[in-house]
Amino acid sequence: MSETTPTSRTGTERPAADIVFDHVTKRYPGQQTPALDDLSMTVPAGETCCLVGPSGGGKTTAMKLVNRLIDFESGDITIGGQSIRSVDVTTLRRDIGYVIQQVGLFPHMTIAGNIGVIPGLLGWSRDRIKKRTDELLDLVRLDRSFASRYPAQLSGGQQQRVGLARALAVDPPVMLMDEPFGALDPITRTEIQDEFLNLESEISKTVIFVTHDIDEAIKMGDRIAVLRQGGVLAQYGTADELLAHPADEYVADFVGADRGLKRLSLRRMREVVAGGDGASNGASPYADAPSVDADATLRIGLSTLFASGAPAVQVTDGGRLLGTVTLDQLQDAVAGSSS
Amino acid sequence: MSSYFAFFGDNAALLAELTLVHILLSVFALAVAVVLAIPLGAWIGHLHRFSFAVVSVGNVLRSLPTLAIIAIGLALYGFGIINITVALVILGFPLVLTNTFTAVEGVDPGTVEAARGMGMTGWQILTRVELPSAIPLISSGIRTSWVYIVATAYLATFAGQQGTLGDIISNIEGYGLSGVLAAATISILLAFAGDALLGLAERALTPTGLRLLAERTPAADAEPAPAAPAAA
Ligand SMILES: Nc1ncnc2c1ncn2[C@@H]1O[C@H](COP(=O)(O)OP(=O)(O)OP(=O)(O)O)[C@@H](O)[C@H]1O
Ligand SMILES: [Mg+2]
Repeated sequence: MSETTPTSRTGTERPAADIVFDHVTKRYPGQQTPALDDLSMTVPAGETCCLVGPSGGGKTTAMKLVNRLIDFESGDITIGGQSIRSVDVTTLRRDIGYVIQQVGLFPHMTIAGNIGVIPGLLGWSRDRIKKRTDELLDLVRLDRSFASRYPAQLSGGQQQRVGLARALAVDPPVMLMDEPFGALDPITRTEIQDEFLNLESEISKTVIFVTHDIDEAIKMGDRIAVLRQGGVLAQYGTADELLAHPADEYVADFVGADRGLKRLSLRRMREVVAGGDGASNGASPYADAPSVDADATLRIGLSTLFASGAPAVQVTDGGRLLGTVTLDQLQDAVAGSSS
Repeated sequence: MSSYFAFFGDNAALLAELTLVHILLSVFALAVAVVLAIPLGAWIGHLHRFSFAVVSVGNVLRSLPTLAIIAIGLALYGFGIINITVALVILGFPLVLTNTFTAVEGVDPGTVEAARGMGMTGWQILTRVELPSAIPLISSGIRTSWVYIVATAYLATFAGQQGTLGDIISNIEGYGLSGVLAAATISILLAFAGDALLGLAERALTPTGLRLLAERTPAADAEPAPAAPAAA
C-alpha cells in the first residue's frame, strides 16, 4: 500500500467552506437591467442553500458566478474567506463540484472514465482512481459493474447519479447544482433527492442548489434564497422562516397559499407528541386511534388523522407508543411557533 | 468490349505504375488537406466563432472548378507537381474543414459546460471531449474528400504533371476508348476502395460509447427506463 492518505477514504476529506456573496451585481452586456442586483448573503459551511425564483430571475447566473463560468464586475464572492478572483480559475473549478440538469456525461468515455477525469488530470494513480470510483458508485447507489458501461447504456436517473459521482470525485468542499433533478420523472426524482439528502449527511459540503420548485427547495435546503425578477434577493432564510414570515406579498405568493400545510412537512411527529404522559397512561382515551411513526412529518400525521376520522393519532417509535397527538396540538405546533 | 479487357492485360505494367503514382498523389493531397483542415476547423468550432467565415470560405472554395484553380496556378507557380497538389488540396480541404467545424461546434453544449465547470482547460476540452465526439463526422468528411480527390487527380496531366491515370484518360488518340475506359474504371475503383478502407479506420477509431449513443438515439423509446410505462 503506497496510500499516504490518513483517512480511510480515497478522497481528500476536505472540510466544507462558507460561501459569501458580498454586494455582487452582474449585468450582461447590452442588457438594461442587471441579471443579479447587489446580492449579499452567506451560505454557512456545510449547509445547502436553495436558490429559487422565477425563470430569468438570475438563479443560474448567481450560481455560475461562484465557479466563474460567468464573470462579474462589482462586489466579491469568497469561499472559505478567500476571494474567488484570487485563485487560478482551473484550480477554483476543480475544488467545486458542478452538476447540471443536462448532466453532460462524456459519451465516449465509460462511467469509470467519466468519474476519473478530474482525478486523472490531477495525477492520481490508477489504483487510487479505481478505488475512488468504486467508493463513489457505492455512494450514489449504482452497482460497481456500471463502471465499464457507457452513458448511452444508462437511464436518465442513473446518468444523473453518475453526474453526481463525477462531481464528488475529488471531494470538493463546495457543490454547485443547477436544477440537477429537473429532468427526471417524479418517482426517480424523489428517490434521488432522498439519496442526496442521505449522502449529504455523510459528507459535509456547502451546496448551492438551484431549483424553480419551492417544494424541492423546502426539502433540500437548509436555507432558501428567493430571487425576484431583476435578480433582487427577496428573502433569505430557513424554510420555516420563509413559510411562517414571508417578507412580502411576492414571497408569500411564491411559497404558496398552502404554506401552512408546507410547514407541516418541516417537523416530525416526535417533536409534537406530548412527552411521556400519553405513554405512561396505559388507558389512553384514544386507544383505537390510528398510529403514525414518530419520524413521520406532521403533514403525514394530519393526513392520517383526516383519513381515519379519529380525534387523534397515536405516535409510535419502533412499536413503542410515545403518546397521542390531536388536531388541536397539530395546529398549535404550526401556529404557535410562528408568533 | 473485348479490347477493353485486353487493355488491362496488354498494359498491366503501365497501368500499375500510373495507378501507383495516382494513389500517391491523391494520398499526399488528402493528407495535406486533412492536416490543414482539422486543426483549423476544430479550433474555430471550439471557439463557436467565425462560423460565417468558415461556411463562406468553404462554399467559395467548393464552387471553384479545379481546372480554374489549375489555370490560376499556372500563372502563379507554373506547371508541375505543385500545381496539381495545390488544386487537389483546395478541392479536399473545405469538405474536411466544414465537417470538422460542424462536428466540434455541435458537441452537446451541456457536455462542454460540464467539462468547463469541472475545471478542464480549453485545450483539454478540445482534445478529450470535443474531438473524440467529432470523429464520425470528421471521418465522413475525409472519406468524401478522398473520393473527390482521387476522381479528380487525373487533371494532373493538364497541370503539366505526367505519371497519373490522367495520362491515359486525357489521351484518347493514343490509347483508344478502351484505354480511357480502363483508366477511368481504375480511378473509380480507387475511390470505392479508399472509401471502404477509411470506413474501416472510422469504425476502429469511433469510440464505443459514441456508437452506442448513435444506436440508441433513434430507438430511445426501446430503452428500459425506470418507471416508464411499457410501450404498447
Ligand atoms: N449569456 C447571457 N447573455 C445575456 N443575458 C443573459 C445571459 N444569460 C442569462 N441572461 C439573462 O439574465 C437573466 C437571468 O438569467 P438566469 O439564467 O440567471 O435565470 P434563471 O433564474 O436561471 O432562469 P431559469 O429558471 O429559466 O433557468 C435573464 O433575464 C436572462 O435573459
Ligand atoms: Mg437557470
